Amino acid sequence: MLQSLVHVCLAGISAGMFIWLVASGLTLVFGVLRVLNFAHGSFYMLGAYVCLTVLKAMGGNFWIGLVLGPLVVCVVGYFMERFLLRYVYHLELPYQLLLTFAMVLIFDDAVKMIWGAGSASSPAVPGLSGSLSIVGRQFPVYNLFIIAVGPLVAVGLYALLEKTWWGRIIRAAASDREMASAIGVKVPTMFTAVFVFGAWLSAMGGALAVPYVGLLTTGMGEAIIIEAFVVVVIGGLGSLKGAFFVSLIIGLLSSFGTRFIPMLDMFLVFILMAVVLLWRPQGLFAEG
Amino acid sequence: MNLYWKYFFSAVGLAGLIAIGLFAGPFMLYVTMRVMILSIFALGYNLLLGRTGLLSFGHAAFYATGAYGLALSSIHLNPHPLLGIAIGVAAASVLALAIGFFCVRHTEIYFAMLTLAFGMMVFSLMWNVRSVTGGDDGLYGITRAAISFGLFKIPISKEYQYYFFVLFFFLLTIFLVHRIYRSPFGLVLAGIRENHVRTEFAGLAVRRYRLGAFVVSGAFAGLAGSLAVLLESNITPAAAHWARSAEPVLVSLIGGLHTFAGPLAGSIVFVVLREVVERFSQNWMFWFGLLLLAIIMGFRGGIVGSTAEIFKRFSRA
Repeated sequence: MLQSLVHVCLAGISAGMFIWLVASGLTLVFGVLRVLNFAHGSFYMLGAYVCLTVLKAMGGNFWIGLVLGPLVVCVVGYFMERFLLRYVYHLELPYQLLLTFAMVLIFDDAVKMIWGAGSASSPAVPGLSGSLSIVGRQFPVYNLFIIAVGPLVAVGLYALLEKTWWGRIIRAAASDREMASAIGVKVPTMFTAVFVFGAWLSAMGGALAVPYVGLLTTGMGEAIIIEAFVVVVIGGLGSLKGAFFVSLIIGLLSSFGTRFIPMLDMFLVFILMAVVLLWRPQGLFAEG
Repeated sequence: MNLYWKYFFSAVGLAGLIAIGLFAGPFMLYVTMRVMILSIFALGYNLLLGRTGLLSFGHAAFYATGAYGLALSSIHLNPHPLLGIAIGVAAASVLALAIGFFCVRHTEIYFAMLTLAFGMMVFSLMWNVRSVTGGDDGLYGITRAAISFGLFKIPISKEYQYYFFVLFFFLLTIFLVHRIYRSPFGLVLAGIRENHVRTEFAGLAVRRYRLGAFVVSGAFAGLAGSLAVLLESNITPAAAHWARSAEPVLVSLIGGLHTFAGPLAGSIVFVVLREVVERFSQNWMFWFGLLLLAIIMGFRGGIVGSTAEIFKRFSRA
């Protein structure tokens, strides 16, 4: 019993860390730009596919793919913000959501055109493949690696936002656009930078998912974006701390759900979202 | 556009629809039925989005509920199509009442996210309760029994016969939605969209009106769903997925959010473009996405809104 509890916990935490990587970018972008980006899951998918292509071209070296893959996605993110999204910030909500939804359709089919409709399988990562014995059962080393990466990203983001000059500017623009622009912050440039950074985080999650999921499909972006939405909403729109803890909760909840009540796996997650929205619409960790 | 033009276009449209039913081939019949069913869904939906200003991302749940309502009653109860539709619409309305009761407490992004959450709950229920819904296989083999009125029967099993059945409900929907737009209820909804604070101060229970709009749009979604089951003869839980909830939003947007005929024009573009593009390439979503971008970036009135604008400019000059 204890064995299976520990393993379900670990599986839940590693699943939660993937959601966190996607949700962190999503919540950062929402906090600053006030746009809820459906296409954020597509960055995750693109990150995975580009990473796979790069690592295959580089003779199977995963680490090169992990570095270069997300950078390619940054370029895509740059064009999307600079030439499309920038023109809808002032519009009503349906237009913003639908613009990003249109991008989902385009990205999904573009991936099919480039990489084919079938699923692509990925090789194991040397050094991180294999498994360790934890309380008497085998657990994949790669999942432990993911469990370590998540908090590292969290600490990095915290340091960036709270301790650096850049972070102060981002926070200033998030809380008052006009005032930030009046004191000389180039707000549009900064928005682009934040969006590209968000895309990078999500693509990073996708690239890390390549050895983890084994098979890449075009549906992977849509599957994770909805979980990331749930995280961002429950955690409090724009709250990184909330996104981190709620990612963990969601990961654990779906892990325990699939293990003990498989009938209700996703159902539990959405119940939680509805209850939180009704009780505290601003989210669990919202500031102010 | 003045009134005579409107009557003229409506008459031409109706004559064209009847002509399609009488003379067109099976493919044309099928596509037109798909357009009409999507129109019913979108016309009802636009009552909520275009009229009341609430963006729901969970309406596929009501569509699927209507579909499963008809399918289940046809399999377990009685294959009478009118009974099935009544059950489908009733089930969708009751569900909309229950979900709407919670959702209308919030607006904007919170409303959209709440409807998304409830919609996905319905989706995962339909996916998981295999014994009732058939799980991911769905329900299939639903036949079109004749509409029986005791002494005489109207068969709808042939394509053109069913076409007129769908046409009847299509016209009924247009009539009803038009009446709702003109009714005091519809005017209050427009008032809520423009300024809900003032509407509240005018002594109207804004939440109840929002709930009303939610239930009515859910009922039309249920109607569309049950008609679709009879057309396709099967239904899977995918119909309740959030990506399907985006369809009526897209349709309303393409046609024009704040216009009455917008959902009609949008449905035509959506279905026809899909059928046409699918013949040339596997990637209809790509081209559809580009079209959406063009509309959002350049023609925010949609097809109907932008055309009306051009008409106005010409008549002024």
